[in-house]
Amino acid sequence: MSATQTAPLITGGKTAAQVTRDVCQPLEHGPTIYWWIGFVPASTALLVGIIAVTYQISTGIGTWGLNRTVGWAFDITNFVFWVGIGHAGTLISAVLLLMRQKWRTSINRSAEAMTIFAVICAGLFPLIHMGRPWLAQWVFPYPNTRGPLWVNFRSPLLWDVFAIGTYFTISLVFWYIGLVPDLATLRDRANGLRKKLFGWFSLGWDGSARTWSRYEVCCVLLAALATPLVVSVHSVVSADFATAILPGWHATLFPPYFVIGAVFSGFAMVLTLMIIARTVMHFEDYITKRHILAMCKILVFTGSVVGAAYVTELFMAWYSASPNEQFVFANRVMGPMGWAYGIMVFCNVITPQLLWIRKVRNSILLVFIISILVNVGMWFERFVIIVASLERDFLPSSWSSYAPTSIEIATLVGSFGLFFTAFLLFCRFLPMIAISEIKSVLPGHETDAGASAEAEKAEVAA
Amino acid sequence: MTRRDYAVFDQEPELLAAIRECKDLELRIIDAWLPYPVHGIDELIGIRPTRLPWVTMAGGVTGVALALWFQYWSTGISWPLNVGGKPFDSLPAFVPITFEMLILVAGLATAFALFARSSMWPGRSKRIIDSRITDDRFVIAVSRQDAAVPDARVEEIWERHGAVDSWSEVAQ
Repeated sequence: MSATQTAPLITGGKTAAQVTRDVCQPLEHGPTIYWWIGFVPASTALLVGIIAVTYQISTGIGTWGLNRTVGWAFDITNFVFWVGIGHAGTLISAVLLLMRQKWRTSINRSAEAMTIFAVICAGLFPLIHMGRPWLAQWVFPYPNTRGPLWVNFRSPLLWDVFAIGTYFTISLVFWYIGLVPDLATLRDRANGLRKKLFGWFSLGWDGSARTWSRYEVCCVLLAALATPLVVSVHSVVSADFATAILPGWHATLFPPYFVIGAVFSGFAMVLTLMIIARTVMHFEDYITKRHILAMCKILVFTGSVVGAAYVTELFMAWYSASPNEQFVFANRVMGPMGWAYGIMVFCNVITPQLLWIRKVRNSILLVFIISILVNVGMWFERFVIIVASLERDFLPSSWSSYAPTSIEIATLVGSFGLFFTAFLLFCRFLPMIAISEIKSVLPGHETDAGASAEAEKAEVAA
Repeated sequence: MTRRDYAVFDQEPELLAAIRECKDLELRIIDAWLPYPVHGIDELIGIRPTRLPWVTMAGGVTGVALALWFQYWSTGISWPLNVGGKPFDSLPAFVPITFEMLILVAGLATAFALFARSSMWPGRSKRIIDSRITDDRFVIAVSRQDAAVPDARVEEIWERHGAVDSWSEVAQ
């Protein structure tokens, strides 16, 4: 562990100028073959999704496999899954900033971008589920000719509109503010149209010490706001379930259980993306073993908490002495969707524990596989909570089952397409590593004024 | 007549040492331009702590007030609807949206205050002194009265601390 802590954050003995060059280089040259290998399938998947969504909007959501008993299934699963993915980005950019974890600097930019794209993917599902997405503006309380008829502020679904809307806006603002100094770097290296574009978006940044001083305070303030926000967002998402009368959906455990699950899945997705990025974009010196090990630790911790939450759920069901609740959980584990419960436990509880083994966490390939398994597991967690609870109603005569239609699967594939297409475009056109932040953690630059004064004295003495 | 002296450095410790020496000579440091935030430079060149947290606070209070008022007004006064027999003034149910509005208004207020106070807006022409400031160069500007410190003394400071470039201009 001590070896992890003392290993340099950035390897290769980079100077500030080298950092600028390394990060800007992929943006100033044509895409590599690896980029195309990623982009072609991603955009194809996106196209499949667009076709599926167009078809289901023009036909109606009867194209889904829902029935009277299982009225919520794939789209809400995907919604909760994608919102959860976003949470790690905020955690890395905000919570780790407040805790002064310097290792975040290599990955915070792309993790924040991941948040934004994941929230876009998430937001699409409720929009599609409306059936009439052209009336989507009805979710906002604006003066209208229908009374004015206001939205229902007591409904968790409306809380969700505000929570997701705020989350998206604040994440975008935080990400953009972080980008401004780096856009100025790009502006000062570019010519022609690129110079104009970067110049426009870098807001005339001049690197003045006064601006930097305010800028840093602004980032800390936004981080302090984003930290409780991220906790509130998934708590509100869990409240969508908690207002239902279904056993197992209104447990007190739900908000923390959802939040930690979100962080867990989000970190797994960050690991997946970072391992791809460091290999494809040749950022091995910036996204080092130390970063991967740090994220592995978080994965083990959050995975263990998620495991504890599963056990607590089962225990509370038994301890409640409520036959309905006991039945729901027995059905979840041993009922027709028991296979999905098995996948969930295997992927979320068992596989991350392998990271305790040094050989496993030192192998990039194994960490990559585990990170993907965790994402699969977390998708199934939401699927189990939703479908396995709904399919066995209070009334056995209305018991039913659910299977997704090809349209629903195509929509899920399309959301992955959208996510990866957006992420790959981001890698091509914006600096995916925070240049100015990396420079401030380079060895030799890590000193404050007092320490450098001492260093200077020592130099004079020598 | 006031003169402005500019010096360009390529190392952070050299920049800080030069700034300290200028301070000892009681030269006024106008500003420094940096590729990344250098810690401790605020106190050295006398930048007062920003008042941005007050803007955040004001934004938060505004957000809470607006959200509470609007939720009460729309559900209790404008069109009172009986939803599941819940009271019109169902404060606990208003808490999540009030909280989200606190964060939203406070966050946006902070961001826009930063842009306004630092004169940052889209399309603003850049005022950058050296195009390598956003790469790896540090620039400082000091102002002095002609008689107070001779040119040679200032140039000597720059040279001793390894300035890679320096120039002076006469300010009106």
